[in-house]
Amino acid sequence: MQNRIRFPGGWLGFLLMLPQLAITVLFFVWPAAQALWQSTQSQDPFGLATRFVGVDNFSALFQDPLYLGTVKTTLLFSALVTALGMGSALLLAAMVNQVRFGKRFYQTVLIAPYAIAPSIVAVLWLFLFNPSLGWISYLLRGAGYEWNHALNGGQALALVVMASAWKQVSYNFLFFYAGLQAIPASLIEAAAMDGAGPLRRFRDLVLPLLSPTSFFLLVVNLVYAFFDTFAVVDAATGGGPGKSTETLILKVYLEGFKGLDLGSSAAQSVVLMAIVGLLTVIQFRYVERKVQY
Amino acid sequence: MASSGFSPLVRLTAAAALTGVMASANAVTEITFWHSMDGALGDKVNSIASQFNASQKEYKVVPVYKGQYDESLAAAIAAYRSGNAPDIVQVFEVGTATMMQAKKAVKPVWQLMAESGEKFDEKAFIPAVAGYYADAKTGHLISMPFNSSTPVLYYNRDAFKKAGLPDAPPKTWPELAAAAAKLKASGLSCGYSTGWQGWVLLENFSTWHNLPYASLDNGFGGSKAVLQFNSPLHVKHIEFLQKMAKDGTFTYAGRKDEASAKFYSGECGIMTGSSGSLANIRKNAKFAFGMGMMPYYPDVKGAPQNAIIGGASLWVMGGKSAAEYKGVARFLKMVSSPAVAADWHQSTGYLPVVSAAYELTRQQGFYDKFPGADIATRQMMNKPPKPYTRGLRLGYMPQIRTVVDEELESVWNGQKAPKAALDSAVARGNELLRRFEKTAD
Repeated sequence: MQNRIRFPGGWLGFLLMLPQLAITVLFFVWPAAQALWQSTQSQDPFGLATRFVGVDNFSALFQDPLYLGTVKTTLLFSALVTALGMGSALLLAAMVNQVRFGKRFYQTVLIAPYAIAPSIVAVLWLFLFNPSLGWISYLLRGAGYEWNHALNGGQALALVVMASAWKQVSYNFLFFYAGLQAIPASLIEAAAMDGAGPLRRFRDLVLPLLSPTSFFLLVVNLVYAFFDTFAVVDAATGGGPGKSTETLILKVYLEGFKGLDLGSSAAQSVVLMAIVGLLTVIQFRYVERKVQY
Repeated sequence: MASSGFSPLVRLTAAAALTGVMASANAVTEITFWHSMDGALGDKVNSIASQFNASQKEYKVVPVYKGQYDESLAAAIAAYRSGNAPDIVQVFEVGTATMMQAKKAVKPVWQLMAESGEKFDEKAFIPAVAGYYADAKTGHLISMPFNSSTPVLYYNRDAFKKAGLPDAPPKTWPELAAAAAKLKASGLSCGYSTGWQGWVLLENFSTWHNLPYASLDNGFGGSKAVLQFNSPLHVKHIEFLQKMAKDGTFTYAGRKDEASAKFYSGECGIMTGSSGSLANIRKNAKFAFGMGMMPYYPDVKGAPQNAIIGGASLWVMGGKSAAEYKGVARFLKMVSSPAVAADWHQSTGYLPVVSAAYELTRQQGFYDKFPGADIATRQMMNKPPKPYTRGLRLGYMPQIRTVVDEELESVWNGQKAPKAALDSAVARGNELLRRFEKTAD
């Protein structure tokens, strides 16, 4: 303890932290505080008439039975996007890890979707699934399955889940692939010599060793599904049919930016912040315990 | 901001650029004009602006495309709040109530014209167009009508022939249903579809059938209006369409303009959609098509009455200098002159906003060359508008449209009965209206 290196004066440390603190305050704390303040106001879009309404915006929200429906849709949507995005990325990473020739090619191709703008992603998938022109819906019709996501809520949800997850697969793939390469080959070989088959090795060796990566990706993917998917959903279904693909973030966007209802939109983003904060706390408290570093 | 990081050369160039800007600013007054016209429409806006700029030396109109309607409105509001509002902004018709409520933020067009000493005849405008943007009490124009459209009916003439139908648009809803059934029997997968369902099937349906959409003259009479589109006739209409959806003669394509693609690809034989889609359909349809007025129910007294517009108008923002306002007034005057308005109408498919532009277009023989191009205008002028068929002036109208979309979708996919869906849409819409009312000062 005596020999610990100490920097003279606390101000230098503070000074070095200042840029990061400034960014945090400016881009995270300040907007969050603004949203909190805004959520207690009733205001016209131009800011000409502002009134303090306390928790009115929140109580209006929670009295709306449809809002609860949107919360449920969001949870389902986020769970599906995360599961599909991470599952397929893990599968692809494991397969690329086995490939002997053309590794670079697969890597490049699999990373490409990450560079595509969200609304373009939606348009691509819409082309595939367009009820009259898309070739996947055409094939489905040939197989006797009628695809029309404009009317069928389940199909619409499937469409936005696939499009949103597809966009995230590249990112997940990169991390899983790096994680797989960090696993010492000697461990795998030792297990193989002990008679463990590929599936057994994957389940009992690779997966546990990947758990830090998986945990990190779980957090990132859930945040992605909650916050970053509205452009895809907006372009693909606009929340419809009915409310079957309306997520919380889409509702914030539609009512705040398109509908100019600032009070309600702010209240909704505060609720969203609370939900995601809660989810993250749960993840770090309970899920992280199972992670082996 | 610290400037020490820049090299002397950069600073010199910046200074030179700045003086250049200031010098030109002394000579001409710049007028910023934010709009949402993309593609060919945007080119047309640019050409109107350069025409104006070439016609005089004092003012320079700078048109800027700011994204779609909701985006440019949000941008203009954000700019206003930070003190950098443009001089002119194009706002879609459903944003009208929001703009009118913001009295301090906008400059009424009639006032602008009066103060700048421009001669301005408000009677020159087509009444049903001007009515949408006029003050309910005084009748003065608050914003300048610019691009307006109404729903019209398109039909595939080749498909009609094949199905053994007469070469004429169905005039009434029963006729339309019968034609759709015949089209379907002749092998078409979709008889009838519509774009913009809320606008066509409820908003315009109301005024076309001489019914109010909301109380207090659809909100023109005050912000206490309540929605009324769940009347027996509205319910009957949606039941009629639900039946068509069930037997497969009406295909729901989506909330926006998706029906257009279904029509010009030949999949749907009949569609109702915006008159503004004409150019697009003309470009893509590989078959002969015809146009007609919106269908109506012949047993309804007073139908057809008149259509109401969609589209946008030009708003002048408040708090600008007198010099800028003078330029804005001159520019808006030019935009509404018969020659410019007629050219705009002919090249875009939007309505002529002044009666003289309609007459001019007729004299030029445009309607003989392009039959159907006058249908939108004829629907507007079908009968003089009544107090409750001038238009809609309801707050949070974009959200109300979404509510209507959601509820109608639940009818088309069979989850809800028409009456229950319309009742629920009205109840949810009224809640939005009460919220909007509270935001007013």
